[in-house]
Amino acid sequence: MSAKVAFTIDGKEVQGEQGQTILQAAALAGIYIPHLCAMKGLTPWGSCRVCTVVVNGRPQAACTMPVSDGMVVENDTADLKDLRSNLVEMLFVEGNHYCMFCEKSGNCELQAMGYRLGMLAPRHEYMFPARKVDSSHPEVMLDFNRCILCARCIRASQEQDGKHVFQFIHRGEHKRIGVNAANGASGTALSVNDKAAESCPVGCIIKKRVGFAVPIGQRLYDTKPIGSVIESGRPAAK
Amino acid sequence: MADNSSINRQICERFGNDKGRLMDILLSVQAQSGCIASDALDDIAKSLSMSRVEVESTATFYAFFSSQPKGRFVIRLCNDIIDRISGMERIAAAFRAELGIDFGQTTADGLFSLEYTPCIGMSDQAPALLVNDKVVTRLSTDKVHEIVQILRATKNIEQLKLTLGDGNNGHPLVRSMVVNNLRERGAVVFAPATPGVALQRALSEQPVEIIKIVKASRLRGRGGAGFPTGMKWEFTRGAAGERKFIVCNADEGEPGTFKDRVILTEAAGLMFEGMTIAGYAIGANEGIVYLRGEYTYLLPFLEDVLAKRRAAGLLGRDILGKAGFRFDIRIQLGAGAYVCGEETALLSSCEGKAGDPKTRPPFPAQKGYLGMPTTINNVETYCAVARIIENGPSWFTSMGTPGSAGTKVLSVSGDCASPGVYELPFGITINGLLARVGATDTAAVQVGGASGRMIGPAEFGRKICYDDLATGGSIMVFGGQRDVLAIAHAFMEFFVEESCGYCTPCRVGTRLMHDRLGRFLDGSADLGDIDYLEKTGKVVKTASRCGLGQTAANPVLGTIQGFRKEYERRIKSNGSVFQRSFDAAKAVAGAANLAGRDSMYFGTQKGAVKQ
Repeated sequence: MSAKVAFTIDGKEVQGEQGQTILQAAALAGIYIPHLCAMKGLTPWGSCRVCTVVVNGRPQAACTMPVSDGMVVENDTADLKDLRSNLVEMLFVEGNHYCMFCEKSGNCELQAMGYRLGMLAPRHEYMFPARKVDSSHPEVMLDFNRCILCARCIRASQEQDGKHVFQFIHRGEHKRIGVNAANGASGTALSVNDKAAESCPVGCIIKKRVGFAVPIGQRLYDTKPIGSVIESGRPAAK
Repeated sequence: MADNSSINRQICERFGNDKGRLMDILLSVQAQSGCIASDALDDIAKSLSMSRVEVESTATFYAFFSSQPKGRFVIRLCNDIIDRISGMERIAAAFRAELGIDFGQTTADGLFSLEYTPCIGMSDQAPALLVNDKVVTRLSTDKVHEIVQILRATKNIEQLKLTLGDGNNGHPLVRSMVVNNLRERGAVVFAPATPGVALQRALSEQPVEIIKIVKASRLRGRGGAGFPTGMKWEFTRGAAGERKFIVCNADEGEPGTFKDRVILTEAAGLMFEGMTIAGYAIGANEGIVYLRGEYTYLLPFLEDVLAKRRAAGLLGRDILGKAGFRFDIRIQLGAGAYVCGEETALLSSCEGKAGDPKTRPPFPAQKGYLGMPTTINNVETYCAVARIIENGPSWFTSMGTPGSAGTKVLSVSGDCASPGVYELPFGITINGLLARVGATDTAAVQVGGASGRMIGPAEFGRKICYDDLATGGSIMVFGGQRDVLAIAHAFMEFFVEESCGYCTPCRVGTRLMHDRLGRFLDGSADLGDIDYLEKTGKVVKTASRCGLGQTAANPVLGTIQGFRKEYERRIKSNGSVFQRSFDAAKAVAGAANLAGRDSMYFGTQKGAVKQ
């Protein structure tokens, strides 16, 4: 057994274990910390920065920062909510996100996060990048217009599927998800049953022919905001 | 193609089919074939038993790798701010005219490619460029003509008429026109040193004693962050790991920094000696120098210094007769990525991966290169270590200020009479430095490069030391004729180019800030734009994952703080409620293109229908 660790989140006492991240310990305690690139079962990544919290006065990503005894964590503050919203808005303007005709609408974590954080319109200028769509695979479509570079597919393919279908290529604002073949997804070992195909928080990795099987209005985030049920399975504490 | 495949296979074999050596393999393939083509990715992936997309990840990250064939001579003109104010535009125009191509293009005969590159560490002899690995400095339009003529006629880069520089720049293994401009030699780095003296002394002590001495010297990292060196060594020594590593960060990419280049040229032995002492103190047998790709011209010389040290028993087994102490050093070349100066990105690159920083914690002292405890220090720090061991910690603390012991090697460039390298005790004021370098009518000084801070005359009384103006060594001097906002804009362009793109605030925020700052330069800034820049800058600074992102907003935040009037004077009320930044003609240009005709209302205005 790992050693117990006691710390606080917004003044509330939380018990964690050595080796856990703040996000993991918080989830087990029923406390929701908004996040996008973090996903239960995958190696912590720390790229979207939406889970930024203040630890002993310093900003840290809750998904990668290990818990330690006596740590003082701020999570649900006006400043952090604004920071998180700002980051989500950056993701919105960086890609081409048209919720109104995206089949992921209602199940999309980016969209749901925008709602949860009270985002109306992005404060940043839209970039309208020219991005590719890869429809070569018979059962899975990749619409990179909607990719937020969270790397969940990269990790799921490696860690859960035992494949290397995805990886980052290029750098900076040109960074994007590459696939393990010269001729697109059809040349890779990607299967529609892969965990990687389930891992996408947005509408980039889309399974073909099932897009509207669940109608708009009956989807995951249509009735309750994201974070109402935490990944540990517990309802969020008030 | 089969031919190429076997060459690629041989290259992989030369590096033991070790995927940790992917950088070297890709550098060799690029040099051999002029590019890293799609087929080469497959060849390499097969040889190294890794996936193709992983090879592609590294091959597409670095600026010096290309998927498209490049010209036989790749001309990389430095577009650093100092080069820009030193006549870079005229040089660029001369190249366009001589070659008949624009930047980013290759001549039809396949002879020349023309590119821009950020600071190549030659700001004291700007404008400068790289032709393949060769450095050409103090460019003029006549020189451009000469370079193109000679390369066209002889197709041999060795035929370029270059006057050899001073010191080891003229060494048979360097043969470069680069000059040292070593204006002041201090007592630490550039003082005469006999190889082996410090190491001999170190080996007569217990390793833990060495760490005690380094701690007593109060030596702090010279790369910019200023972490106490002894403490870093203690952590690495105490960390569990079957192998430990000593890494030297010779990736000085901070715009306006070139002091490591001069140290590598004139005091490489001292640096290697410091690394060897670190290996002894920490219990490491392996060292790596990460040398920026721009300094490839120094590689044969540095390899020779290493070979001579091996022959003299200063590296290898039983060093200086000390039974059981084994240490050796290899040099890892970079390939054009500023972010690799960030220590964890540097480690990723040494492992053959894209230069994305690693998640911290764990810190390199616990889990560094290959997941093993690793100490990473700057070139200058290792030199200081060797001298501290030789002369004792109190000798070192007698120089500088109480919080900043010793000397600092500064790279000074820009509007001054004597740009170059100055090794001075910590504590010198900006005014004192400006007088030394012959700078008059200075309007602004950029301390610490693009990631540092710009200060105005009101702050010239401040001191260079860790407690006041901390710097890795870049000092750029700007006269009153320079536009502070244009400088900040150039720095933001640099960060947009050099961000690794891993985290949201740095990848997106630098672009947003760059573009918004551009409004002040093209006259379309609105009242709210200063506020927007400050808020976005705060997000980039607060939420970014590594040191690059956390400092990437500094050019804007620093100038808003110190030169706010420069921003305000460019916001002019247009007497209307409409946004100045909205350009109707530009907004409808795309639609007009689709329609195939000008907009009836906005078509005659600027920005309309031109593609």
